[in-house]
Order: sequence, then C-alpha cells, then structure tokens
Amino acid sequence: MALYSEKVMDHFRNPRNVGVIEDADGVGEVGNAVCGDIMKIYLKIEDGIVSDVKFETFGCGSAIASSSMATELIKGKPLSEALKLTNRAVTEALDGLPAHKLHCSVLAEEAIRAAVKDYYDRQGIAYDPKDFPDCGSCEGCHG
Amino acid sequence: MIYADNAATTKMSGAAMNAMLNCMEETWGNPSSLYGLGQRAKEALEDARERIAACIGASPKEITFTSGGSEADNQAICSAAALGARNRKRHIISTTFEHHAVLHTLKKLEGEGFEVELLPVGELGTVTARQVAEAVREDTALVTIMYANNEIGSILPIAEIGAVCRKQGVPFHTDAVQAAGHLPIDVKAQNIDLLSLSAHKFHGPKGIGVLCARQGIPLSSLIEGGAQERGKRAGTENVPAIVGMAAALEEACARLEENTAKVSALRDRLIAGLSQIPHAALNGDPVNRLPGNVNFCFEGIEGESLLLLLDDQGICASSGSACTSGSLDPSHVLLSIGRPHEVAHGSLRLSLCEENTEVEVDTILKAVPEIVGYLRNMSPLWKDKVSGKKKFIL
Repeated sequence: MALYSEKVMDHFRNPRNVGVIEDADGVGEVGNAVCGDIMKIYLKIEDGIVSDVKFETFGCGSAIASSSMATELIKGKPLSEALKLTNRAVTEALDGLPAHKLHCSVLAEEAIRAAVKDYYDRQGIAYDPKDFPDCGSCEGCHG
Repeated sequence: MIYADNAATTKMSGAAMNAMLNCMEETWGNPSSLYGLGQRAKEALEDARERIAACIGASPKEITFTSGGSEADNQAICSAAALGARNRKRHIISTTFEHHAVLHTLKKLEGEGFEVELLPVGELGTVTARQVAEAVREDTALVTIMYANNEIGSILPIAEIGAVCRKQGVPFHTDAVQAAGHLPIDVKAQNIDLLSLSAHKFHGPKGIGVLCARQGIPLSSLIEGGAQERGKRAGTENVPAIVGMAAALEEACARLEENTAKVSALRDRLIAGLSQIPHAALNGDPVNRLPGNVNFCFEGIEGESLLLLLDDQGICASSGSACTSGSLDPSHVLLSIGRPHEVAHGSLRLSLCEENTEVEVDTILKAVPEIVGYLRNMSPLWKDKVSGKKKFIL
C-alpha cells in the first residue's frame, strides 16, 4: 500500500491556492523550521465571506496536501464556517493520513485560525481568546 | 526508472542470482545432514566461506554467517562487551554517527552498566586515530567505529584506528556494511578484530551477512540452538543466500578498481552539478568519500516533498528529514556534523552504483534544481530568508 491516499497525492502534486495575497485581510503562520513544517495562510474577506485564500507551506507531502485541502474547504465560505474547520475534516477530505502525519492536518486548522484571528485583530472585532488557543508544544502532535 | 538509492539496497547481480538458483536446484540439502545431498550443501557452504574470507584477508575459520549487518553488529559488540566484563573492563568507545544497529546496542549495554563514550565526528564526519588513542583507557573493552558512513559517505581512517587499538590491546570492531565490495578490506593489514558486512549492499541477496572475528576473539551467541557456525550462531544455514553473497562479493572485489573509477566520476559530476544550486551544501568529507555517495542539504525545503516529486519523475533517492525517518528529529548523522534541524530536514541522499550512467546523472541534475526551486517558491521559510527577515544558514 502506498504511504498516501490518491487524494493526498493529487493535492500534493497539484496544490490548489498556492501563493500570496498581497493585500490580504488576515495572515496566519504556524509551525516552525526546527520541526520541519511551517504553514502560512492568507485570507481575503468580503462581507464576512472568505472570498479568496492562498497558502505557502514548508513541509512534507502531507503538509502541502493538508494546506491545499484546507484552503479548498474554506474558500467561498462564511468566516464562521471557516473557523469551525477541524483537522479531522481536513483528514477525512484527504481520505485519511498516516498516523504520524496527522499533525499536518492540525497545523492546517491552526493556520486558518491564526489568519482569522489576525483579521479580527486588524478589524478590531471582539472575540473570545479561548477560541484561539496556542498550538502548544510540537510533541503533542509529533511525539 | 533511475535507481539512486544503492546505500539502502542494491539490485542483485546476475552472478549472485545464478549462484543462488543453482544452489536451490542442486545443493538444497541441510549442511548438517550426513548423506550426500547434505554434504554437497556443506561443501557449497564451506566453499563460500573460503571465498568470502579471501576477499577480506581473513581465514575461513574467522567467518560467521549472520542474518545481515545488524545482527553482525549486535553480536560483535555484545561479544566484546562480555569479554571485557570478564576482565572488569566496561568502557566502550564509538562515534556519534554510527548506524542504529551499533548505537542502540551500545544504549542497551549502557543500561547494563557499561560506560559508552561517543567521539564527536566534526563537520566533515570523521574521527582521527589520535582521538581514539586519547580516549582509550585501561578499562576500555571495545572500540567500535564504522568504516564508512551510510548517510554522508565519509570514509574513516580504519587502518590507523586499528593500529592504535592493536597497540593498546583493545578489541576493534568496524561496521563495514557500506564499505564491503566498495573499498579495499584486509582485516589483517588493517588490524581489524571484528568486522560486520551485509550482502545486499554489494548486489548480493538480503537477509545475509558476515561477522568476521579474528581468531582468539571469543564470540557469544545471540541465538541459541544447534551447533551450526561452530556453536556461535544456531539455525540451519541459509546456503543459497550465502553462496549468492560469495558470488556478489567476489565480483565486487574483482571489479573494485574499475567500479571505483567509474562510480566516483559519476559522483563528482553529480556533486559539481548540485553545488550550483544556491544555498545548498554537500554533507560529509568531499575527499575521503564512498565512490557512490552524494548527500546535500537544500535550505528552505523539506526532504520528503523532494523525494516524492523525484519519485514522480522515476528517480529513487532518500532523505534524512524527520518525515522520512518517522520520528520527531531529523537524521542523527546530519545533526552530528553540526547541521541545524532546519537544514537537516532538507537533505537528499543519492547513492550510485556502477550500473548508473552519465545520462542518468544529467537527468537527476535537471530534475533536482527544478524541484528545489518549485518547493522553495511555495516555502514561507525560504521567502523569509530571501526577504532578509530570517538569515540564510547555508
């Protein structure tokens, strides 16, 4: 059996929404170089809708595929829905990830949350900090 | 397909396959059986032992067949440790970048009260005989240092280390898994007391290897049972694999000079080409280097992505990134030569053999820069370096 599902390989080989939004309304970056994966998400918000989203990722195949799938899942969706995107939803949409790669989908979820939080901060929109917990230590996912 | 992962395993040679097939058809008996069929298998076994011994300057009695390099490493180290312990010697010298078959065995011995001293290998990934001489103590039970590193290809000064150990009366083991069939081995001239090798690294079959132990170094058995291999390794001998290994090793040693010239020329072409990629660095010793080994770090990208995209173009390679090792940390070898985690994640090992061609090397040289550029273009880490927000390391 191959390491990755065909869905993962498709999103890895042909990632959707790669790039930068120069005039983004919110930008989120999570992960670190020491662990070997960093994800950066750019959001364009119009009337409470994610009108455009782009990503940049430093990481393995599943990190790139998770970023790609996560951007697809939130594009054109209301911000409230984007915030509800879970790593499980990303994993399921990719037809699963190997156990030791699940942290990549967590990173995708966290990157989107970080971008939304940045949007709220820039707009001065009030939010409950409890909705934006820190990713925490890498061991939680990697260990 | 371009196979450039010969340090992981090699394709079996025709000579090895023919020897195995012939053995399976003609001499498939149990070498311990008394009747003719068994005795012919015994003859094939002993003939293979003699031929393998001749390839490495040993006598046939010094050759014990094992399931491969890992078992040979385990048995060599545990035997020397047991011998040392009987004489109240519990200090073992090794290096930080040994194969896990060595490092994990040493870890186990540490738990049993041995003191393990791992010598640093410096930026080039090597140790000097002087480092070893300075580390040897009265209670040193064993020095175990690899002949050549499996990841970064550095060749260590084994003969000089062997001379130091012999002078001090300390048993010397070398893991020669990457060296056998690729570099000259003469256990007598190089003062090697214990040596491990594995057949599938030189176009022989998998699952078979050798522990060569100098006469006078008693081996402890890891596997109890019958009296095969003079009671040092129980279990019916894998005669087909053993004769396949003998055929492969003889062929590799006979062609050693010719192969070295050809493969190192391909290696140098590959190294020169990959060195053109900005913010990339060769890992390991540029001079004292296995003929087929090329290992680079590329800043700003992750190794697994690189491997998957190379695989899409039919190029088989490997990496020391955490994602490919299945652990949190990247390769201990790259960390031991001082590469930071971030850079070690972006490593690529290409290991060539005499069957690779210049055309293949040029195909790799076209593919790698394109993929590295593509991945860097989507890497926020790379962008931060280009913009000056973060510093380049390489």
